[in-house]
Amino acid sequence: MNGIVWISGAVAVISTLAAVTRRNAVHALLYLIVGMLGVAVVLFAFGAAFAAVLQVVIWAGAIMVLFLFVMMMLSLRTEKRAAVRLRAIIGPALLAVVLAVELMVVMTVAPPQPPAAAAVQPEQVGSSLYGPYAVVVELASVLLLVGVVGAFHLGRGREKDEGR
Amino acid sequence: MTTVLVQYGLLLAAALFLVGLAGVLFRRNLLFTLLSLEIMLNAAGLAFVVAASRWQQPDGQVMFLIILAVSAAEAAVGLALILGIHRESGTLDPDELSRLRG
Amino acid sequence: MVTLMWLIPAFPAAGFLVLSTLGRRLSRPACAVMGTSSVALSMIVSAVVAWGYLSPTLPRPLTTTALWQWMEIRSLSIGFGLHLDSLSLLWVLVVTGVGFLIHLYSTSFMSAQEGYGRYFAYLNLFIASMLLLVLADGLLLLYLGWEGVGLCSFLLIGFWYREPANSKAALKAFVVTRIGDTALIIGILLLYTRLGSGNIQELLSRASSQIPPGAPLAVAAAALLLAGALGKSAQIPLQTWLPDAMAGPTPVSALIHAATMVTAGVYLIARMNVLFALAPTVRFLVAIIGAATLILAGFSAASQRDIKRVLAYSTISQIGYMFLALGVGAWPAAAFHFLTHACFKALLFLGAGVIILNLGDEHDIFRMGGLWKRMPLVFATFLTAALSMAAVPPLTAGFYSKDWILYWVWNSGPSGPILWLLALLGIVLTSLYTFRLVFIVFLGPERSRPSGRPGALLTIPLVVLAVPAALAGFLETPRHLGDIRVFSRFIAQTAPVVEPAPSMPGMVVWLILVSEAASLLGILLAYLLFRRRLRVGEAAESLPQGAYLRRFWLAGWGFDWLYEQTVVRPYRFLSRVVGSEPLDWLYRGIGDLAVVAHRLLSLIQDGRIRRYAAGVALGAALILALVVLL
Repeated sequence: MNGIVWISGAVAVISTLAAVTRRNAVHALLYLIVGMLGVAVVLFAFGAAFAAVLQVVIWAGAIMVLFLFVMMMLSLRTEKRAAVRLRAIIGPALLAVVLAVELMVVMTVAPPQPPAAAAVQPEQVGSSLYGPYAVVVELASVLLLVGVVGAFHLGRGREKDEGR
Repeated sequence: MTTVLVQYGLLLAAALFLVGLAGVLFRRNLLFTLLSLEIMLNAAGLAFVVAASRWQQPDGQVMFLIILAVSAAEAAVGLALILGIHRESGTLDPDELSRLRG
Repeated sequence: MVTLMWLIPAFPAAGFLVLSTLGRRLSRPACAVMGTSSVALSMIVSAVVAWGYLSPTLPRPLTTTALWQWMEIRSLSIGFGLHLDSLSLLWVLVVTGVGFLIHLYSTSFMSAQEGYGRYFAYLNLFIASMLLLVLADGLLLLYLGWEGVGLCSFLLIGFWYREPANSKAALKAFVVTRIGDTALIIGILLLYTRLGSGNIQELLSRASSQIPPGAPLAVAAAALLLAGALGKSAQIPLQTWLPDAMAGPTPVSALIHAATMVTAGVYLIARMNVLFALAPTVRFLVAIIGAATLILAGFSAASQRDIKRVLAYSTISQIGYMFLALGVGAWPAAAFHFLTHACFKALLFLGAGVIILNLGDEHDIFRMGGLWKRMPLVFATFLTAALSMAAVPPLTAGFYSKDWILYWVWNSGPSGPILWLLALLGIVLTSLYTFRLVFIVFLGPERSRPSGRPGALLTIPLVVLAVPAALAGFLETPRHLGDIRVFSRFIAQTAPVVEPAPSMPGMVVWLILVSEAASLLGILLAYLLFRRRLRVGEAAESLPQGAYLRRFWLAGWGFDWLYEQTVVRPYRFLSRVVGSEPLDWLYRGIGDLAVVAHRLLSLIQDGRIRRYAAGVALGAALILALVVLL
């Protein structure tokens, strides 16, 4: 089991790196889907089956597809020049390295913690969603509603005889 | 269930987060910016879940669900905006789209 | 009879009120009559009061007339009352007498000028203030009169205000005397609070009983009063205003800046001589200042071109004599010299005024000459006054008054002979510059032609003044020349006169001879240098040192330049700095800081979101660094 975690983790990192550096948008998207699948495996390994399924179905399955639709609509061309030019990124790269180092330091300061022995069952998640976190669920649904309405309105485009 | 230390799970989340950050900072295409943002959010959710697994509590996954909802809504609205921007100015380069200055 | 004395200042005050309110509507003759008659009435009342005071049949107390209660501040009650004794009576008679003659003279002198009513209003106000000053029974009332004469001096120096130089001269006079006035009021308040009374007689008796000689209170009070006197009487270091004050009309110069206002300081010190006796160091300072001033001013007088400036410096010098006398405790001699000086100095100024008027406003003596033929009366009276000032015996008042001062100075203790020597040098200088003036203006080739003869109103005062200028000396003569003691007996009613005994028997005669020789020497030098054009004079002047000295003395020993550099310039600089409201800098600074910060920060907002994201990442990195490191 541990080996799978390591491998999927590596796959996730490599494919997201690739996704960020591709010149073709669709290629990048495909790499990203792979990366998300890798993350799903890690989630499952850590005992969060519900989260893993959500990851695959919604993130990789819905949101990425949404991106794909938009890419098709925009009919993006392959970017001509390299996505990244060395001279332009030296500052932010430094920044990222610094952040990385700091995060690593922060996260490894505590004594080693193994995960709990048993996985968290979906039933537990469900009853907490319907119990203490009921309001949060409602809020999340309102948020989604807002997202839907907003996306509809913003993406509508201007109609021919809309005066203003 | 694995016996991989929680630290390493968090490190994975950190690494993914940084990759996403790099994407936001380095890419000259708004679509890629949004994509990288998704990566970052995903990494944050992963961190939540991994941390909750240490304490064997469902709260981490609840949080993951919420982050997911947020990310979905944000992606939808963001993509709609990108469509609008593309229609208006024909470019998706954030450096070109800098009229909101002061 | 003496109770009528409140009328003495009241008449000119009433004249001022009438002239200041109605002056513009009255005709010129009406203004003249109004102005002159008020002073004439005051003079008549003074004469009556004097007769009442001196009359042997009536008892002769020191009379005080309390008029009304002025202020009451807790336990201190300040009254408004008049006090008459021989000292104030002397001043009253001189002020009203000379004042009346000058008013008469002014009616003709100022007849061609505009602002006629205004002139007489100011002049009346001046007479009223001066009389109030000398008749005051309390120091605060004296200060009222003091300020009043300062105000009138300002108004009259700047009478022709359309010319900016006149206004500047008036302002200079006011500011410089103000410095003295401030010291004076501090001194007055010091005496009020420490001795508990402002009434002069009470004050002096309390001072002599309560304050030991040399006490800090006496020294402080005397020094402050001295500073006030220095300002008003134009002695070093506050003498710079008087030469410039000649910008005013000549009768004003005659009255205010020769005969009366500038002697206010002398009056003050004479009146408070008890206080000065309690502070010997300050009194000695008075003498030193007097001696220094009379020498410095003498040199300056001898190098001036403007006839009025010669007379101005000469006034400073003669008042230096009075201060010298006061400094050695010879206040009766100072008062006597005041009397004679008032007569001959006013006469000199009035004569100069006639010359200026008739030569078409010409002030430069080197453009006058040979006027003895054209203006014989003026010449005769001017010569009388000049001889008097130069102290040439036997028929000149100045000789007797100066001689009395010198006698007293010589016998005044260890420093006496040195001071006497300085005073002697002063005599030489005095006759030198006086006769330089006479020779250049009246003798010699004629350079400008006077336009007609002066009228009666101008000449009568000249003649009237010439009489006491010549004869007033006979009120007090030395032992070997008649031993007349009228004046000292008169003045002794204020306070006893303690004249020092001569150190050697033949001293008196010897002193007289030496001073006589000195004044004649001065005349001889003047003759040689200015009449005969002796080579020495021209040779001295052709040297660069000579020319430099000449310019140095001309500029009054550089005092104006000194004050300009050390006082005026820093003050102007400071007022500019303060005028730009430095305290506001804090508040304006806050606003300016906000604006600058805004400009700087808005540079960051360039609308490029990648930069913004980088900024966020940077912030996160910094905060994490804090967490990691701490």
